[in-house]
Amino acid sequence: MEYFKKLKVINDLGIHARSSAKIVELAGRHNSKLYLKKDGHEEVDGESILSILTMACAKGTEIHARAVGEDSKELLDELSRLFERKFDEDK
Amino acid sequence: MTNNNCADNRRLQGIAVSSGIIIGKARLVDRSKQKIVYQSLINEKDIAREVERFRNALLVTKQQITSVKNNMPDLLKQHAFILDTHLMILDDSMVSEATTKTIVEEKINAEWALKKSVQKINKIFSEIEDEYLRDRSNDVENIAERILRNLAGKEPDSLSVINERVIIVAHNLSPADTSELNTSKIMGFITDIGGRTSHTAIMAQALEIPAVVGLESATSTISDGCLLIVDGYKGEVIINPDEDTIIAFQEKQAYYERYKSSVLRLIYLPSETTDGHRIKLKANIEFAEEIAAAKEHGAEGIGLYRTEYLYLRNKEIPNEDELYNDYKQVAEIILPQTVTIRTLDLGGDKILTHYQMAKEMNPALGLRSIRFCLKEPFIFKSQLRAILRASAHGRVRLLFPMISGLQELLDAKKILSEVMNELEAGKVAFDHDIKLGIMIEIPSAVAVADILARHVDFFSIGTNDLIQYALAIDRVNEHVAFMYEPYHPAVIRMIAQTVKAARAADIGVSLCGEMAGDPLCASILLGLDIDELSMNSGSLPLIKKIIRSISRKEAMDDLNHIMELTTAREVKTFIEKNLERFIPEPKDKNNLKPPGNYSFSADN
Repeated sequence: MEYFKKLKVINDLGIHARSSAKIVELAGRHNSKLYLKKDGHEEVDGESILSILTMACAKGTEIHARAVGEDSKELLDELSRLFERKFDEDK
Repeated sequence: MTNNNCADNRRLQGIAVSSGIIIGKARLVDRSKQKIVYQSLINEKDIAREVERFRNALLVTKQQITSVKNNMPDLLKQHAFILDTHLMILDDSMVSEATTKTIVEEKINAEWALKKSVQKINKIFSEIEDEYLRDRSNDVENIAERILRNLAGKEPDSLSVINERVIIVAHNLSPADTSELNTSKIMGFITDIGGRTSHTAIMAQALEIPAVVGLESATSTISDGCLLIVDGYKGEVIINPDEDTIIAFQEKQAYYERYKSSVLRLIYLPSETTDGHRIKLKANIEFAEEIAAAKEHGAEGIGLYRTEYLYLRNKEIPNEDELYNDYKQVAEIILPQTVTIRTLDLGGDKILTHYQMAKEMNPALGLRSIRFCLKEPFIFKSQLRAILRASAHGRVRLLFPMISGLQELLDAKKILSEVMNELEAGKVAFDHDIKLGIMIEIPSAVAVADILARHVDFFSIGTNDLIQYALAIDRVNEHVAFMYEPYHPAVIRMIAQTVKAARAADIGVSLCGEMAGDPLCASILLGLDIDELSMNSGSLPLIKKIIRSISRKEAMDDLNHIMELTTAREVKTFIEKNLERFIPEPKDKNNLKPPGNYSFSADN
């Protein structure tokens, strides 16, 4: 199964070390593979903290997420909630 | 004792950031790179073995980092996050898979293949505009070095394996380095770079061990195992000292120890003048771990908790719970005494790397502190919520920095009441009668202190900034720094005016700048009728000693005289003469000042 979702970085800090780590951790908990893509960039491995960091996503960046595997829908749902919750950086 | 590699009796001068004198052996923390040799692999068997060797090195590295993380002393638990990131980098496909692939496809040794992976990663990072993100490549380098050491089968050059008492000599110490420290074995730190607010300085302060930073050539001049004298009062390091020098420093060390213990004995006695007037002596702290030292030095509460550290640590805005847990811990430990928590006192550019701000001509006059918080209510509210929630667990007072006039205060109070309403609506516990104070550190606030006093519960005079703004002196600018004068009659009058306004409105007034811990100022501040002085813990015993040796009446008479004086020099001469009555002068006036003066201090 393959799912797509468009996500927007809405937290002030953008995707920094802590938020990247949260994405990697979330992807690692699922069996599906996660891929992220920023416009004008190559798609990257959602389980690679370095790839995510180097995408350099500031606040406002749009990211195309793609998940492949049995729990791909759950993965993307959880991921989009994480983005919406601003990575819990400021509850 | 003599080591030929050491420069005998050579002296290096740096910045003293944590006081004390130690004589001990140097332990050079080698962060130099491993030499990498290229090797091509001929057959499949070699390749398989090389892949296996690389995987083992990864595994060992992982175990090492995990064990560092698990054995981290409580004092340093806050740095665990960095190590989690390191573990993720270790597992990252750009490191592990990419290197394995290079070994197989290019038939080369693991070291060279890893070097290629790191170069590739560095190249990508170097193209990032954001400075914070770009600097993450240091984490990759750090991990790669560890893997290389393990590939070479070398002992990890870890600070955690140190098992004898040594002085750490390093180019610089990162939080990741210091988090590995076996703190009981470290006598002191000396580093090539760094300043008063560097991580090394903060750590040394917390551990109460001497530290000198900014020595520039420490790692290149000092060899492992050399004998060193570190003078954390003067910022001097002596390499392989001769007998005479050692004896001289041992005497100096003993003098300080005696002096320290004589004043430390005072900590259980009240800070009371000879005629029975009490003045509260509290401590300024920067992070929760410092409370232990504050208590040991007899602090009657925390008069100023600077909250910037959590924001600066990861260059990220900490979340509300993180702040709450920290404030709650402080409030609980200091009970039954109070803690005054000051809200964020920083420029936005310091914490938000994404914060778009034009380069400011005058940062001290720019968008910082309460101004920044009012502009970013989201950040401000999160901190206020955390402080209020913590107030349910102890005796917490709230302090707004850099208030320049009434409108700013009312704006900040409006946000505070919004937050209080939200918490109340959510049935979250907090102290509804929390005391609110403001820093008096801008001359305009002094001028309207009578107006401001009607809207707050207390004033806290921040003399460091007040002096800077009142005298228009940038302390860091070497050409004018000599004019930074706490004894300037203008400064004394401004404090007097502030106290008068506080008295008229019947609110409390404390003082938390460096003046509070300056022995020369103690009698002036007593004469000015300040309720509490808050200072770095190290200064508390000496100030108490002075307070206990004078009467309030004397201090007030002296102040009347001081108010007549017309220049800073006159004031200084008068109080210096006065002070001799209380403190016996050490033999060598230039070398032996009371230790209290040398404590670490950041700007207020």
